[in-house]
Amino acid sequence: MNPAPHRVFSPARIFAITTNTLTELTRQKVFCVLLIFGLVLIGSSVFMARFTFQQEFQILKDVSLGAMSIFSSLMAVVATARLIPQDIEDRTVYTILAKPVPRFEYLLGKLFGVLLLLAISIAVMAVLFVAVLYFREQAVLNETARELSRAPEEQLNDALNAVHAAGLNIDIFAGVAVIFLKASLLAALTLLVSTFATTNIFTVVVMVFVYFIGHLQATAREYWLEQQSAGWLARGFLALVALIFPDLQTFNVIDEIVAGAVIPLAIFTKTALLGVFYVVIYTLAATFVFNGKEL
Amino acid sequence: MSRILFALAIILVFGGLKLPLERALALQHRQAHVGDVELNLDLREKIGQLGFVAALSGFRAMLADFLFVQAHVAWERTEWGRVLFLFRQVTALQPHVPLFWDAAAWQMAWNASAAAINDRSQPRQALRVKAQREYFALGKDFLERGIKNNPRNPKLYESLARLYREKYNDHARASEFYRKAADQPGAPGYDRRFSAYELSYCEGWEPQAYIQLRRLYDESERERLPTLITRLKFLENKLNIPQGQRIPDPEPKKR
Repeated sequence: MNPAPHRVFSPARIFAITTNTLTELTRQKVFCVLLIFGLVLIGSSVFMARFTFQQEFQILKDVSLGAMSIFSSLMAVVATARLIPQDIEDRTVYTILAKPVPRFEYLLGKLFGVLLLLAISIAVMAVLFVAVLYFREQAVLNETARELSRAPEEQLNDALNAVHAAGLNIDIFAGVAVIFLKASLLAALTLLVSTFATTNIFTVVVMVFVYFIGHLQATAREYWLEQQSAGWLARGFLALVALIFPDLQTFNVIDEIVAGAVIPLAIFTKTALLGVFYVVIYTLAATFVFNGKEL
Repeated sequence: MSRILFALAIILVFGGLKLPLERALALQHRQAHVGDVELNLDLREKIGQLGFVAALSGFRAMLADFLFVQAHVAWERTEWGRVLFLFRQVTALQPHVPLFWDAAAWQMAWNASAAAINDRSQPRQALRVKAQREYFALGKDFLERGIKNNPRNPKLYESLARLYREKYNDHARASEFYRKAADQPGAPGYDRRFSAYELSYCEGWEPQAYIQLRRLYDESERERLPTLITRLKFLENKLNIPQGQRIPDPEPKKR
């Protein structure tokens, strides 16, 4: 019987590395973050007892989506930063690459493992948040209906509409999707940095800087392109910032969604495409560096 | 090392390609009022260095909520200066949240102004009234700036109308802002009625108020609320409307 011919690209091999990475990360209790998220959710509701329902829903949405963004970004950086150095330290990478597994498949498997972890975590956090918001909204609706049971129908409808408007809306899910995109981008960039970093602390520190600079990138870009009076040194520096770093401010749409802004589908699609574009480029660059790395 | 430099070159080339897309997207975001808060020196002065860093890192909403809770605590302690200071920060951070503008105006024009007029530590009535008026003006300023940032939100127009009615006794401006509120999408049905009620209190505007109230009365049975009927009756008498054109007297309540 002839052995099956070796395939240059195998989704099955990538899947095996993906599931293995996910299992490994799960064993390191990364999901504890979800417990903290739950505590943040409960903790913030203690503060809100004294507020009106609009204020309560506003804070609940801000805090929950903000916490989702922080935790997912943290998870993306910390979980990805340790993947390659840990595999080198444990010598797992040699076992894997000694087999006919191309390096880019190894990297893709690792990245997909982290992305799967992020997807699961964000989904769980989103379900928790939506459940809390939904139950609070229902409670306020019932309370309003009871209080205004004798009021004219129009007044009751206005009051109920106000509760609905302040509560759960479909755009929140678009915001959650953008949180995932931002975390994916950070994971891909962390993977790129970790391919040439020697320790995971270095990777994490670099990524913290990237995170802050990424949020300033739009300001640097506009200054570079519009302020002609700046010196060449300053403009050169701003150009480097604008070209190298991702514009993370583009992915901060949750604040406005919570405020009631509606994200048009075209803008959402372009933001998503830009996110995917970043992930692909950073993964390609990571593969290129990792292919030349001496192990 | 050469590979790292080559990877950097790839990212630079990609950076050049993505630049027009990023700029176009940022512009579209601004047009759609998504993330168009300017993180400039003015904001930094208002929220301090640490707050500015937090705002830059994408935690603007959470920071605004934290300051809002602090403002609430300051209100409970009746520290009005601090309430004003914190609400200025909150609204600078989240200008597209009408709720914050509304709460800020309510604190100033209703709570702080009431505290000022009842301030026993200030023996001179004139100074108490002056302080009260300053708080009214602060509340009005919050609402006007809130409307500027959220021109499609009926709630802020309503609050400004209420402020004109209750604090300035200016029924003409109150009517104007209730009408503006009614013109916004998603405005509650009572805004049109309130606009007409307020107009009915304005000297010299009775004929216009009568036309508006009568239109509402004729529009549907649901609009024929006690206040509307009372104001219509008042205007019918004042304008000497012929008996045949007057609305019927409301039926006496059945026992």
